[in-house]
Amino acid sequence: MAKITAGVTTSHVPAIGAALDNGKSNEEYWKPVFAGYDFSKKWIAEQKPDVVILVYNDHASAFSLDLVPTFALGCGEKYKPADEGWGPRPVPDVFCHQELASHIAQSVITDDFDLTIVNTMDVDHGLTVPLSLMFGQPEAWPCKVIPLAVNVVLFPPPSGQRCYDLGKALRKAVESFDEDLNVQIWGTGGMSHQLQGPRAGLINQEFDNNFLDKFIDDAESLAKIPHLDYVREAGSEGIELVMWLIMRGALNEKVIEKHRFYHVPASNTAVGHLILENK
Amino acid sequence: MAIAKPYADIPGTIIFDADMARIGFHINQFALSLMKAENRERFKADERSYLDEWAMTEDQKQAVLDRDYNKMMSLGGNVYFLAKIFSTDGLSFQVAAASMTGMSQQEYAQMMLDGGRSPDGNRYLHEQKGKI
Repeated sequence: MAKITAGVTTSHVPAIGAALDNGKSNEEYWKPVFAGYDFSKKWIAEQKPDVVILVYNDHASAFSLDLVPTFALGCGEKYKPADEGWGPRPVPDVFCHQELASHIAQSVITDDFDLTIVNTMDVDHGLTVPLSLMFGQPEAWPCKVIPLAVNVVLFPPPSGQRCYDLGKALRKAVESFDEDLNVQIWGTGGMSHQLQGPRAGLINQEFDNNFLDKFIDDAESLAKIPHLDYVREAGSEGIELVMWLIMRGALNEKVIEKHRFYHVPASNTAVGHLILENK
Repeated sequence: MAIAKPYADIPGTIIFDADMARIGFHINQFALSLMKAENRERFKADERSYLDEWAMTEDQKQAVLDRDYNKMMSLGGNVYFLAKIFSTDGLSFQVAAASMTGMSQQEYAQMMLDGGRSPDGNRYLHEQKGKI
């Protein structure tokens, strides 16, 4: 049987990827950011997940205004890093676990979540920066990845509750897959940040730390936060945090906090990172 | 009945909703075209001619030529689409964001190092009299 054993949340700031790709990770500015992931790299080397379901958002890279799916599950064979305007990141292609992805699609859609299936797309920093933070700079990613892209660009994104409930459906899907697989789920994006307009640069450390606290054992209450509160309190891009709730919904009610990291700033953003294991 | 937009009273913020996506369809699709290296070259060689290939309004084109990101967003641009323009210019997200705030790049970077812009006084338009 496949099993979700652990979850990871992390911000996916593009400048973190650029710092790593350009050999700047030892600069004073970036050192504390990468140091927050030292434990994580050791932890994941021991955990050796077979598959990561990676919840992220596309930043107008794969999805133009031609097509804006609310939830898009990657079921194709492989995904290349996107050219976001400065050439693709020099990171490996992402290979999908196609059998598990198809199984998840069938199970979750049957459970009333109307996913879009994506077989061909490029993946941008939203997906590749978390992989870099957790695995460093390997020749090939050491596990299969099932991308789950959530629309948080065109307002409104799905609600926190919808995301949390989708997480539960994902867990049910994974646990009904016959092959023995060690599966992790990652929720990425956030924490507070605003990248646009005269209010750009907004950071709300109180909101973020409260979110991190409650994420462990009171995620039900976080799922009820309305969009307006995210935007007002955590910035227009802080709403990415709804994606963390998919990860949390896919874990057990009781979890063990293995690691917690919070740092301001990485470029325009508050970086938050948690590792949770199922109890 | 019109759909309520309670986010309209958040200062210094344009929410990219379905109405803005309609207004900004062409400017955003133009920006996205810059994800291809050959298009970036053509745009850099003659920005005006490249823009004229798109069904954008004159105001939208002028805002792009001026690199006035607040103006572009007020005309339907979304920051993740527009990011392809400042990436083509070789500028980081932080430099672009600073340009939207009226602060110098250095002032903005220092504000972020100091913990970012506080939400206090920045949650509602009525708190903003004479500020942003």
